[in-house]
Amino acid sequence: MAQGPAAAKPDVSSRVFTEGMRILWIAIRTEPWVFSAAVAGAVLYAVAAVASASVLGAVAEQVILPAIMEQRTTVAAVATASAVVFAVGFLKALGLGARRFYAGLMQYRMQARYRRAVARRYLELPLAWHQRHPAGQLLSNANADVEATWQPLAPLPMAVGSTAMLVIAAGAMLATDLVLALVGFVVFPLLAIANLVFQRRVSPAATHAQALRSQVSEVAHESFDGALVVKTLGREDMETERFTRAAERLRDAQIRVGRMRAAFDPLLEALPNLGVLVVLLIGLIRLQRGDVTAGDIVQIAYLFTLLSLPIRSLGWLLGDLPRSVVGWRRVSAVLNAQGGTDYGKERLHGEGGLAVSVRNLSFSYADTSPADLGRDTLEGGRGLDATGNEETPRITVLRDVTLDLAPGKVTALVGPTGSGKSTLTMLLARLVDPDHGDVLVNGVDARRYAPGELACAIALVPQTTFIFDDTVRDNITLGLDVDDTEVWQALRLAHADSFVAALPRGLDTRLGERGTSLSGGQRQRLALARSLVRRPRLLILDDATSAVDPQVEARILGGLREADLAGATVVVVAYRRATIELADEVVYLEQGTVRDRGTHEELLARSPGYRRLVTAYEQAAQRRAAAASRSADQEAVR
Amino acid sequence: MSAPTRTRTSPAQAPAEASTPAPTAPALHRSTESAWATLRRGVALSPEFTRGLPVTVALAVVATLGKVIVPLAVQQIIDNGLLAEGGPDIGFVVATVALCTALVVVTALCSYLMNARLYQSTESGLATLRRTAFRHVHDLSVLTQNSERKGALVSRVTSDVDQISTFMQWGGILLIVSTGQLAIATVLMAVYSWQLTLLVWVCFLPLLFGVRWLQRLLSKAYLKVRERTGEMLGVIGETVVGAAVIRAYGTEERTARRIDRTVLATRNAQVKAQRLSMAVSPLAELVSAFTYAVVIAVGIWLGVIGSLTAGQLVAFLFLINLFVAPMTMATEIFNEAQNAIAGWRRVLGVLDTEPDIADPGASGTPLPHGPISIRFDHVNYAYPGGPRVLDDITVEIAPGSRVAVVGETGSGKTTFVKLLTRLMDPDEGKILLNGVNLREVAFSSLRSRVVLVPQEGFLFDSTLADNIRFARPEATDEQITEAITQLGLSEWLAGLPHGLATPVGQRGESLSAGERQLVALIRAYIADPDLLILDEATSAVDPATEVRIQHALDLLTRGRTSVAIAHRLSTAEAADEVLVFDRGRIVQRGTHAELVARPGVYADLHASWVRSSA
Repeated sequence: MAQGPAAAKPDVSSRVFTEGMRILWIAIRTEPWVFSAAVAGAVLYAVAAVASASVLGAVAEQVILPAIMEQRTTVAAVATASAVVFAVGFLKALGLGARRFYAGLMQYRMQARYRRAVARRYLELPLAWHQRHPAGQLLSNANADVEATWQPLAPLPMAVGSTAMLVIAAGAMLATDLVLALVGFVVFPLLAIANLVFQRRVSPAATHAQALRSQVSEVAHESFDGALVVKTLGREDMETERFTRAAERLRDAQIRVGRMRAAFDPLLEALPNLGVLVVLLIGLIRLQRGDVTAGDIVQIAYLFTLLSLPIRSLGWLLGDLPRSVVGWRRVSAVLNAQGGTDYGKERLHGEGGLAVSVRNLSFSYADTSPADLGRDTLEGGRGLDATGNEETPRITVLRDVTLDLAPGKVTALVGPTGSGKSTLTMLLARLVDPDHGDVLVNGVDARRYAPGELACAIALVPQTTFIFDDTVRDNITLGLDVDDTEVWQALRLAHADSFVAALPRGLDTRLGERGTSLSGGQRQRLALARSLVRRPRLLILDDATSAVDPQVEARILGGLREADLAGATVVVVAYRRATIELADEVVYLEQGTVRDRGTHEELLARSPGYRRLVTAYEQAAQRRAAAASRSADQEAVR
Repeated sequence: MSAPTRTRTSPAQAPAEASTPAPTAPALHRSTESAWATLRRGVALSPEFTRGLPVTVALAVVATLGKVIVPLAVQQIIDNGLLAEGGPDIGFVVATVALCTALVVVTALCSYLMNARLYQSTESGLATLRRTAFRHVHDLSVLTQNSERKGALVSRVTSDVDQISTFMQWGGILLIVSTGQLAIATVLMAVYSWQLTLLVWVCFLPLLFGVRWLQRLLSKAYLKVRERTGEMLGVIGETVVGAAVIRAYGTEERTARRIDRTVLATRNAQVKAQRLSMAVSPLAELVSAFTYAVVIAVGIWLGVIGSLTAGQLVAFLFLINLFVAPMTMATEIFNEAQNAIAGWRRVLGVLDTEPDIADPGASGTPLPHGPISIRFDHVNYAYPGGPRVLDDITVEIAPGSRVAVVGETGSGKTTFVKLLTRLMDPDEGKILLNGVNLREVAFSSLRSRVVLVPQEGFLFDSTLADNIRFARPEATDEQITEAITQLGLSEWLAGLPHGLATPVGQRGESLSAGERQLVALIRAYIADPDLLILDEATSAVDPATEVRIQHALDLLTRGRTSVAIAHRLSTAEAADEVLVFDRGRIVQRGTHAELVARPGVYADLHASWVRSSA
């Protein structure tokens, strides 16, 4: 059900050209030697190609003709002739190989360099930044955009070599004959213009086709993802129609691009040929007047045929530039994004549960819907906000929250959807920093702790769990130095030991997309074990057992209280009454503010909102039970 | 994530099958056909590919001839016109230039027509191929579909098909033309000297074998590139999708090291592959240089012993050019052909997989109208290669009754409903709906009368209305609103920002899990089935939504046969009858009240439900 493409027309203006040249210059500056080697290869090839024609001519004239005419020759002469011909061919091969290899090397090196930079930047940027950018976009920044940026490096060395050849050829023509050179100065700009017109027309069409191509893929992805729904509702025909529409739009766009290419390629080939013919005609006239010699004409005609290929390589380079510029802009947006997390030098001392105080805390999100992002084309920098500090409307999630978590106590955060519970847990774990107010851990501002201090002591288990594409063991330890006994202990506490033991290779079983897939409840239990193995001093469970069977959940939470967590402070976000009742204190949130706090019984007695929320389910059950008993009574009466 | 790549290192084709679990699942067909047979069948799959091919080939021949003749003609003008003995021959020059100009124009025109026709036929053929493969994927059974990663299935209708395009647009026709050119060059060369012709062939043959060998190495190298790229993208994906976990556990350093390692490994694999791929053209250059050298030496010797004139040798040297060009081209064409064949193999892998759950189609029986009765008759089922999960199930469900299915995870209740909706067929025994064997019911009838609401109601990236309408495309907005009102959800609808036009986001992620379930229920309601099968969600939604879902469920099941996998006490309570599954068998059966009173599996389950939700 994807709509038509929003691919705007990229402008192939001089701005793109200068920006493209700047990007290429960055690559040249970064890899000067590799680049030089590639250009040297290109030049060697060009020189050898030119030489090979004259060498063959010379061999024919000086060795072949005399030898066959006189019916005798020397081994030395034949050997020299063969050797020279082979040597020139060898140089050609060498140049060709060197150019291709070093151009590829440069391209891959630049790709690797920037992929690494982008991915490392992702690690540094704060979570708030991540939340503003859809994952798909960030992935394509690191992959497709980096690739597109450095794509022109493949034709670059040849284009540089060609430009040099063009200049030399132009000089040579001028030196030979002014008038005939003028023909060249008409034909070559004509070629350049043809190239430009082609790029101008083809680039937008090709970009459009590319957008349609990803739409085809999106439709297929979505349709196969929802295969069960499609099948059970018998909508295969409808889906095939939808896919066919997308495939046909792609087909039409591709045919359009193809037609343009089909028209342009023969034109590029024909122009130099026609140029040669014009040179021959005009040359003939000038020859009759005695202005030039026949040799001059031949030389210029030869230069013409020689130059049609280099001109095309320039075309390839120019053709890749617009995509490269778009890719570069998107990559730089990531690299230049502002932000990071500031740390101090404080150490976290002592043992046992942490004391956390929240003081007058407020927090808001920037209201950027994903649709605003990633639509950036060449229409300038709209879209990806490089700094994230643009004047975007903000949605306040938490307002003036003040809260104390005593060491070793269990606190339940309760509130309706959207009341700010999850945001509060992220602030407690210092995944984000508040706009106003402070979070104090053991009396010290969370922002003043050294890197890693809080991460080691605080464990947040979110509702949706991320499982790394790695073994069970690595998913639990995440690089922490613990032995298998401790891992199993944590798994036992999370009630994950029995299913892990049943996995084909136990702790060594690979998980993630390419590994064994787990159910939602199993993933949650693994995430819990991941936290427990760190023996956190503050454990935050953000509805972390929602996908676990209620029976198992009760056992897990019961186990946590008895476990040797050295009196850790615990925060749970919960809906289920059984979970809430485990808490020493309940904090009731509504619309981003703390409405009430106290024990479950106290809140039940005095807070109407809390009562409604916690007992909604029971009330419904009661209503049903009442209705059922009524109908049972009626039946009994009958 | 679509990576418009020009290099052949797209990670989409990562070898997913190798590490996919459940090797015994009914996987996609793996072709063992020869390359040539695959090529022939592949081309035959899309009639567009060969439609009008003779004309295209004729155009190609003219265009190629033109490319050969024009430089020759220019040579003639220079040699016999400008440099003619006794001064320039003006008449000859002008006439030949005119002829040449015409030739250039005709060549360009033919070349344009040929390419335009090729693009047209190729793209049309590819679109057909995509459609055929896409449709077939949907016709495969759920088990087969699940034997592949979703991304791998997608690539069978996208990048695998794209892989064919270069060959069809360029390689195929060039293969025909080049073969022709090679033949002509050989004949012409043989006219001058058969000895030298033989020599040229002997020089070039090793190249062909060398290139084949190189290509085998190359495909291994590319496989490695794809694997490494896949790993790298996986790690980069973790930095994005797992951003919160990485920060929460302070594993930035470890992740950074993984990034460095995989990025570097990818780069090294790329460079290695590049080293092989760039070797092909220089190798061809080298062989042709060697050939020239040898031909010159042998040619002179032949000339000296008098069996070749100087003119013949020079002409022969020129003809070698004609021979070398298609030969060098052949190496590239083979490369493309291999790509195309690999693409076709994967598409054929889909098309050659027989759907194991087949629609009886026109010969099938429609379900008789009215409420549906269910009968399972000694039904056994085991997943391929697995133990038996349903064991001799015999059960009858009366039309119009509401049945709850309960049991621990792995007791066979999900398999029970999958068989009931014919997502799978039983190994033994029969399933009858209204007395008709399920295998004989036409899909068109089955899918409109029997609807399954899965646990995770999948939503498409479109509006709320479009998603509801998915069950009944002709439903109007009014009818949808009416349905929502009837289910008691009008208040919820009114609370949505754009009502029915609210976009639900990818996979419906702009809605909460509970809301997605509501949409799935509305969708089922609007489909108006006679048998409704529900797999209820386990995950806790906020209590208000939960009550809403419960209410809608009550209304939805009223007046129809319904079978619900119950994860909640309330569903079992509200059912007319409860079926208790344990280790693949139905161990208890009765109303909630009866079963609670009796000690057994149900009473135990009930006790733990009460403990957790009271």
